[in-house]
Amino acid sequence: MSNPLIDMEKPDVIFCIGTNMTECHPVAATGLKKAIAHGSRMIVADPRKIPLARLAQLYLPIRVGSDVALLLGMAHVIAREGLVDRQFMDSRTSGGDEFIEHVKPFTPEWAAEITGVPAKDIETAAIWYGSAEQGAIYYTLGITEHICGVDNVQSLCNLALMTGNIGREGTGVNPMRGQNNIQGAGDCGAVPSHFPGFQSCAEPENARKFSEAYGTEIDAEKGITKVTALNQCGDQIRALLIDGENTVVSDPEREHCEHALKSLDHLVVIDIFLTETGELADVVLPATSWGETDGVCANTERRVQRLRAAVPPAGQAKPDWWIVSQIAQRIGTPGFEYESAKDIFNELCGLSPIYAGLDWDRIDQGEYQWPVPDKDHPGTPILHVREFKNGRGLFKILGYRDPAEVIDDDFPVWLTTGRRLQSYHTRTQTGRSQGIDYLLSEELLEVHPHDVASWGLVDGGQCHLSSRRGKIMAKIKATDQSPRGTVFCSFSFNDTPVNILTGSGYDPVTETAELKVCAVRVEPA
Amino acid sequence: MIVDATQGRALRMTLDGEEVRFSDGETIYEVATRQHTPIPTLCYDPRLEPFGGCRMCVVEVEGARTPVASCTTPATAGMVVRTKNVALEKHRKTLLELVVSENREVDVDPLRGYASQEVATLVDEYGARTGRFQGQRSGTSNETDDNPFIKRDYDLCISCYRCVRVCAEQEGDHAIAVMNRGFQTQITTEFNGRLKDSACTFCGQCVQTCPTGALGDIKAMRAEPLPGELKKTRTICPYCGVGCSVDLLTKGERLVGVQPAMDGPANKGALCIKGQFAFDFVHHEERLKTPLVRGDDGELHEASWDEALDRAADGFRRAREEHGRYSIYGVASGRAPHEAAYTMQKFIRAGFGTNYIDNCSRA
Repeated sequence: MSNPLIDMEKPDVIFCIGTNMTECHPVAATGLKKAIAHGSRMIVADPRKIPLARLAQLYLPIRVGSDVALLLGMAHVIAREGLVDRQFMDSRTSGGDEFIEHVKPFTPEWAAEITGVPAKDIETAAIWYGSAEQGAIYYTLGITEHICGVDNVQSLCNLALMTGNIGREGTGVNPMRGQNNIQGAGDCGAVPSHFPGFQSCAEPENARKFSEAYGTEIDAEKGITKVTALNQCGDQIRALLIDGENTVVSDPEREHCEHALKSLDHLVVIDIFLTETGELADVVLPATSWGETDGVCANTERRVQRLRAAVPPAGQAKPDWWIVSQIAQRIGTPGFEYESAKDIFNELCGLSPIYAGLDWDRIDQGEYQWPVPDKDHPGTPILHVREFKNGRGLFKILGYRDPAEVIDDDFPVWLTTGRRLQSYHTRTQTGRSQGIDYLLSEELLEVHPHDVASWGLVDGGQCHLSSRRGKIMAKIKATDQSPRGTVFCSFSFNDTPVNILTGSGYDPVTETAELKVCAVRVEPA
Repeated sequence: MIVDATQGRALRMTLDGEEVRFSDGETIYEVATRQHTPIPTLCYDPRLEPFGGCRMCVVEVEGARTPVASCTTPATAGMVVRTKNVALEKHRKTLLELVVSENREVDVDPLRGYASQEVATLVDEYGARTGRFQGQRSGTSNETDDNPFIKRDYDLCISCYRCVRVCAEQEGDHAIAVMNRGFQTQITTEFNGRLKDSACTFCGQCVQTCPTGALGDIKAMRAEPLPGELKKTRTICPYCGVGCSVDLLTKGERLVGVQPAMDGPANKGALCIKGQFAFDFVHHEERLKTPLVRGDDGELHEASWDEALDRAADGFRRAREEHGRYSIYGVASGRAPHEAAYTMQKFIRAGFGTNYIDNCSRA
């Protein structure tokens, strides 16, 4: 997030797009509810009439995968209505004039055709956000899990740049991160493009720095993403180490994924339970769980906080870092003689400019949000205050593209997937916590009541759900939370393995799967 | 709302004989709290709008005919306030005796909730543990609600409305409300039914703010008979990226519950159903407790750490020898701490000199 969580109570106009926040980040959503109670206006764009949409003053029911069209239409209106923040654009950004020229053809009527949202509502949304004193954008995977995920994010940045809604309290472009330490995984360099602290692998200077620190020559070029690596399993990729991910259930194209893992020479899985992925491994190593592990995590607002052990490990379980270090030592890699999590975190801080001012003791109370470039620095709750990381904010010229797969006569229904309040991802944890079943014991495919009737289905009955990649059975729930022609399902339950159906395409830049859109057929079972 | 006294106009008032500064908009209670002058409360939760319902926080203001509720009365320039004297203490004691006389029990286990000891603590402080008042009682416990998370023991309810207010103001859910008045006052849901059938999301905030234990954390309460001292350990919730601070409740080697950290920088005491109630996977019988290695029979078998680590290392070494350093890939977790992700990337970079590392954020 460019802005801290505490800012969520401050905007006078809130724009949420592709975020089911009351279910996926419920505590963050309380900030928005308070803002609304104090008079803020909220716009929600989402294909589904989610609880957040019911709280909004303006709900834009966009067709799945049409976000760019909506955002171009809004940019057009903001420019047309003279709501551009000229001073901000001139002093802080580049490419603004070109962008404003670019959006001229993208009228709200044009956007209405693609998104299915009435043109006047697109206009209203643009005028509200464009006139806001403090306008803030919040998004989640509904923006990124598309073949145009990068374009979606950049379209949001364009809106913030043209209205000056960034670098100030109560504004910003704010992605809500979905896992307790997904931010931290990136911070620590567990990405193919960056060393720890988001130092680019493609910069020879950075490769030199880490080659020296690690005592090995490291490539000065990006590695491949997990998506590519899975495609190459059994071919280029022969041995895989997976820490704490149930790849088989959480990733798209489940059969492809299972086949990839089975074709490896060597698969090692570190986890706290024997997951569907662990079942395929040659070696499974038991890790200590949350509550048993000392360590550090970073939240969605870049706040670096301490995790503390309260109970001893289950059986012989060991911390992930100990397990990985032991394997490294046994293949003869130097530099893994760690005695504690503290040693490792302090090494990370020493190698990452954004963590340079931190160490194990300084983060005890969790008051720092990175970047913290030196020991006297108070941390950075709001990013881009005086300048952007690379100087000026760059407008991106982009256009609308259809999703990888669009509905047709064979697969006439849109399927979108997501999460539910009471369960977490593949339920390795919530599925093993008592009481959750009382509220959520099975997966239900959400279908609009009119579609239930016209497709010959029965509320509570079973259906066959098929895509170009496979077929599953699902139990039906009639609800107007789904619009007509679009159905929804979470990927939480292994007996409703919706990721057999997904995987129609991937964003060319991030290789993130288009999990939010695929074309399906729904038939009575 | 807590207002920083250094902001705005510096105003002055007299608190227990001492001149103190305050800023416009502060209540007497807020000024006193800032001055470390304790004023007892029952219906007060600093995260909520002042309510003025319990009358425990009354103070004397010079010129006022009767004592005023300090939580709802704004401080004004030149105001002379006494937070403690014989009359006020007598008033508070009587009030507590009235409260206690209504409740079936005063002493509840601290496992019931974060604020559950507030009434019992005040009763002890004021020596109000008497059977002075007999007669009618208010609040009937809801025994029919079969939910596994929130005990609704309204016989212990003192109608402070903290649960109703936290649900409305903090959560924005408005799932519970007050039915009837006087002795018939009852906290309940729409149509007086189960929480499951209401707008309740089972975030547990009502439980944690209840000052009597009328609302109780059923999962934590299961550990009441366990021996040993109740300990709290501050950590961060294991689920989404908001990073809510929580206190883990342990007895011996057992994790028995979770309470929100009221001073958590990201959540200020708020939690959701997962952070509040989905903690016991830690002790689930299916936890992996020993390393497993696939045998010649194709099945996974228990193994020693040495055997499993050697086998793990061998596979990577062989892949490097036979297929080169680009044949090895690592996937780090977004659910494990920094130290896991850091060692994972270092394992690949220092071990094989490639950038063949990723995490689970692309799916």
